[in-house]
Amino acid sequence: MSDAPTAQAVAPSAAPLAVPRSGWHVATVAATHRETPNATRIELDVPGWPGNAAGQHLDVRLTAPDGYQATRSYSIASSGSSTRVVLAVDKLPDGEVSPYLVDDVRAGDMLEVHGPLGAFFVWAPAADTGDHRPVQLIAGGSGVVPLYAMAHAHADASDPTPFRLLYSVRTPDDVYFDDEFATLVDAAAPLQLDVVYTRRAPEGWATAPGRIMREALEAAVFPASERPRVFVCGSTGFVERVADWLVELGHDPRSIRTERYGGA
Amino acid sequence: MMEHVDGNAIAGPLAEFFTFDATMASGRCVGCGTVAELARAMVYRSGAGTVVRCSTCDTVLATLVESGDRAWIGLRGVTAIEVRRTPSEG
Repeated sequence: MSDAPTAQAVAPSAAPLAVPRSGWHVATVAATHRETPNATRIELDVPGWPGNAAGQHLDVRLTAPDGYQATRSYSIASSGSSTRVVLAVDKLPDGEVSPYLVDDVRAGDMLEVHGPLGAFFVWAPAADTGDHRPVQLIAGGSGVVPLYAMAHAHADASDPTPFRLLYSVRTPDDVYFDDEFATLVDAAAPLQLDVVYTRRAPEGWATAPGRIMREALEAAVFPASERPRVFVCGSTGFVERVADWLVELGHDPRSIRTERYGGA
Repeated sequence: MMEHVDGNAIAGPLAEFFTFDATMASGRCVGCGTVAELARAMVYRSGAGTVVRCSTCDTVLATLVESGDRAWIGLRGVTAIEVRRTPSEG
């Protein structure tokens, strides 16, 4: 212990759930659903939620009985004006917040959320933006969540922009939104889905499981000559490896938008 | 070495300081002059606080400390901030 003055001036905060600051909302868990063996889909009812664009995120704040608070960011799997907000949370083994959200949260529980956040990693229909370039989505693991929101928004808008999603995932059991993607691939809006399995592939899969390499990336994405917009989301290592390869393959760095969530 | 994330991760805390979405704002690095959106910066978070570094030259752009009912931001490596004045509803 040092003999530095203590922060006596800081009063203990009063009931944090009572009056959220602007941007903070009290959300009620409407439903939970096991997404994968390691992840849970959580549907929240958020009165006052202003709606969100596809690709945005929110912060979840948990407060312990002793006042200790932990805040973490999660991508939003839904978009539009609804006050029903969908998350899909992956459990980090040493996490402070995600094990609670994945294993313990039940319908009727209340959480504090702050958002919607982030205008950088978003997609909106070409009718709104005037941008008709093809869109390449590249996901590593749970990084698929905001990209799923974009693919879903694309289908909802019957947007004619060509979409491709390259999804790197450990095993077939770890695929998020499996049924939903099957529907999106068959929707009127064009979506091509390419899955790379890193640990275990389905029976009879043409490619042996393994980490995605530059050649496989090149084969599964729109070529740089088509000037696609690219959204990459996943662990920091995955995102940086992919972004470096894209630049080497001639993609314009300004057309590549990334979101790193840390983790292993 | 601590693993970094990016500027998207601190949109929430920065909303306490700025009325615009800070992840889309561009800052000019005092070290190398690069102008880039905050979302492209490298962010190192720890219990002690958050350090934002230029993704081009590693210069410390900003530091952020949150404690109880107070929050503090230093912008020692940012010489200018540019925001778009047209609303970007996404």
